[in-house]
Amino acid sequence: MTTLNSSKEIQKNNPEVNEKHEDFRIFGLITFLIADGMTFAGFFAAYLTYKAVNPLPDNAIYQLELPIPTLNTILLLVSSATFHKAGKALLKDKNSDSQKWLIFTAFLGIIFLICQLFEYFHLPFGLTDNLFASTFYALTGFHGLHVTLGTLMILIIAWQSRVNGGIVTSQNMFPLEAVELYWHFVDGIWVILFIILYLL
Amino acid sequence: MTISIDPQKTNNESLQPKGWLRYFSFSLDHKVIGIQYLVCGFLFYLIGGTLASAIRIELASPMSDFMPRDIYNQVLTLHGTIMIFLWIVPVVNGAFGNYLIPFYVGARDMAFPRLNAVAFWLIPPSGLMLVASYFVEGAAQAGWTAYPPLSITTPQSGQIIWIISVLLLGGSSIFGGINFIATIIKLRRPGLKLMQLPMYCWAMLGTSLLVVLSTPVLAGTLILLSFDIVANTGFFNPVLGGNVVVYQHLFWFYSHPAVYIMVLPAFGLVSEILPVHARKPLFGYTTMVFSIMGIVVLGLVVWAHHMFTSGTPPWMRLFFTIATAFIAVPTGIKFFNWVATLWGGKISINSAILFSCGFIINFVFGGITGVALAQVPFDIHVHDTYFVVAHFHYIVYGGTVFIIFSSIYHWFPKATGKMLDEKLGILHFIITFIGFNLCFAPQHWLGLNGMPRRVAEYDPQFQFVNQISSLGALLMAISTIPFLINIFLSARSGKDSGDNPWNALTPEWLTSSPPPVENWEGEAPLVEEPYGYGKELSEQK
Repeated sequence: MTTLNSSKEIQKNNPEVNEKHEDFRIFGLITFLIADGMTFAGFFAAYLTYKAVNPLPDNAIYQLELPIPTLNTILLLVSSATFHKAGKALLKDKNSDSQKWLIFTAFLGIIFLICQLFEYFHLPFGLTDNLFASTFYALTGFHGLHVTLGTLMILIIAWQSRVNGGIVTSQNMFPLEAVELYWHFVDGIWVILFIILYLL
Repeated sequence: MTISIDPQKTNNESLQPKGWLRYFSFSLDHKVIGIQYLVCGFLFYLIGGTLASAIRIELASPMSDFMPRDIYNQVLTLHGTIMIFLWIVPVVNGAFGNYLIPFYVGARDMAFPRLNAVAFWLIPPSGLMLVASYFVEGAAQAGWTAYPPLSITTPQSGQIIWIISVLLLGGSSIFGGINFIATIIKLRRPGLKLMQLPMYCWAMLGTSLLVVLSTPVLAGTLILLSFDIVANTGFFNPVLGGNVVVYQHLFWFYSHPAVYIMVLPAFGLVSEILPVHARKPLFGYTTMVFSIMGIVVLGLVVWAHHMFTSGTPPWMRLFFTIATAFIAVPTGIKFFNWVATLWGGKISINSAILFSCGFIINFVFGGITGVALAQVPFDIHVHDTYFVVAHFHYIVYGGTVFIIFSSIYHWFPKATGKMLDEKLGILHFIITFIGFNLCFAPQHWLGLNGMPRRVAEYDPQFQFVNQISSLGALLMAISTIPFLINIFLSARSGKDSGDNPWNALTPEWLTSSPPPVENWEGEAPLVEEPYGYGKELSEQK
């Protein structure tokens, strides 16, 4: 911990000093993820309330098949592990290994999205059919948006961690750490969503 | 831990506009951003005030004669939304928070300067969009609460524009909250302990926690509402099997804490102003801190007291009545601490402390009606009447807006190096205080006698009291004139204030006025006792 004065000196002499604030930016990101989690909490609360107090019409279809979402859960859990591998590899300066793990993680994310779309197309209900259908699409859609954003960010840092001229290195772990944290968060939300929406 | 100054900022400094032009630039300086928030908010206050005047002109007579009924609905919706989301929340959080918090924690800027500028620049476009929606097929008409099914059945375009701008403003608020939490927790000067921070830091920490925890829920709710409007889903539409009460729960989960988002920072600001002008230490620092945190926790579990007439089951009524009554305890502690700070102090009568004392009087009155409203039998009687309008304005205008003016009188010398004129300031206070009470005190009586709110027409028996209220509103509108004259005259040719005109001990006064770009010439001072008044001068230094 340096004093403010000397930090200013460092700042002047070394424009890269900003890179030493990982804990700081991660802290901001965690605060943001808490906020984002509250959005999901609101959706979950709405869904559970509807389930408890709003009976569906007699002919409503609200049966969900389990195989695809189970596969999706496994995909996301595995992708969390592979992302972790990428971080470990980058820490040991194995940039190309790290890049491979990242691309594999993004690939798993894309498979997840394809499975999700496949499920959408084969469901017997549409967005406006009944309250359950609307909530189902809103929840999974909002989560799918998060996965889409996460996959794009993983592809970006995979490009940025290339061996020649990449800016994401063991010296500059922040982009990877930030996206990793976000990705784990999206996974955690999916597990909760899976339990509430499919299993309950 | 070092301070985060963006390297590009230092490099680009020569490219940044100088003088007043920098207030129109994407500046990363927290002081510039603070002033941007304040001036932008004040311009929206003038718009919202004009709309309020239109409402009071309409209500001066029992018939709907000044404007058509649907225009009246638009005006009252825009008035509420502008005043809450574009004036009070940005100013009391964004303006004073950005200006003061980095000084208070001994930093050179906020934790994330760029995010800070983004948060500010979200506000003017969304505000203008909201105002402009009036000219596109009419603005939203469902009130600032946008309750369905009303918000689903009124014209769509205005409501959708309303939703988009509130979402953007909510995003701005969340970014600001993240920044304040990181700045207060992570960016403190080495050696500065949490319990040595000026009270406004604690208030902003509590407020930002509420912002981060509750605003996203509003965002999610409004997204669902927009699906109901645009995509024909039925989340909140009873015709399609939806549930309007779910909207109310989710909405008030944000909007009750929003009241604390508007009033907690004012608690912090008044705790800064009173000790300086009473020359006494802030009474009960520790109890103040715990009260703020108590309000934060309780503030998250009282939302359904807005919904006692929405078919709320008895156990819920019982729980939310008790929880709401409990909030009076930490709030009361703070009230008594302020009074005790003033007690026996060497009070200098100036505009800043007059507005602060006005705040204490108005706020205790609004607080008492708040406790009354928490009681189910009483609430059912006055629900959706002018009693609620009066209560709310006593908290938000009599409370927060009084403190905004008090803070402007207190910190104007800090930002400009000039004093505001005291005679005009006291005139401003007198007109505001009389006008405010004349406008809103009679509304308690109207509400108790059953005059419903949000309606352009009323029973002719209420006309006289409504005219008194409108007269008060006229005085409030007039009170802006001496204030604006004062600001312009003093900024141009005011008396030089020197660096520390109030002989204050809080850190923002320990640098020059106006402060240099990075706040301190040398190292930031370590202020262990921000309220150490009443000691020998030699001990202070």
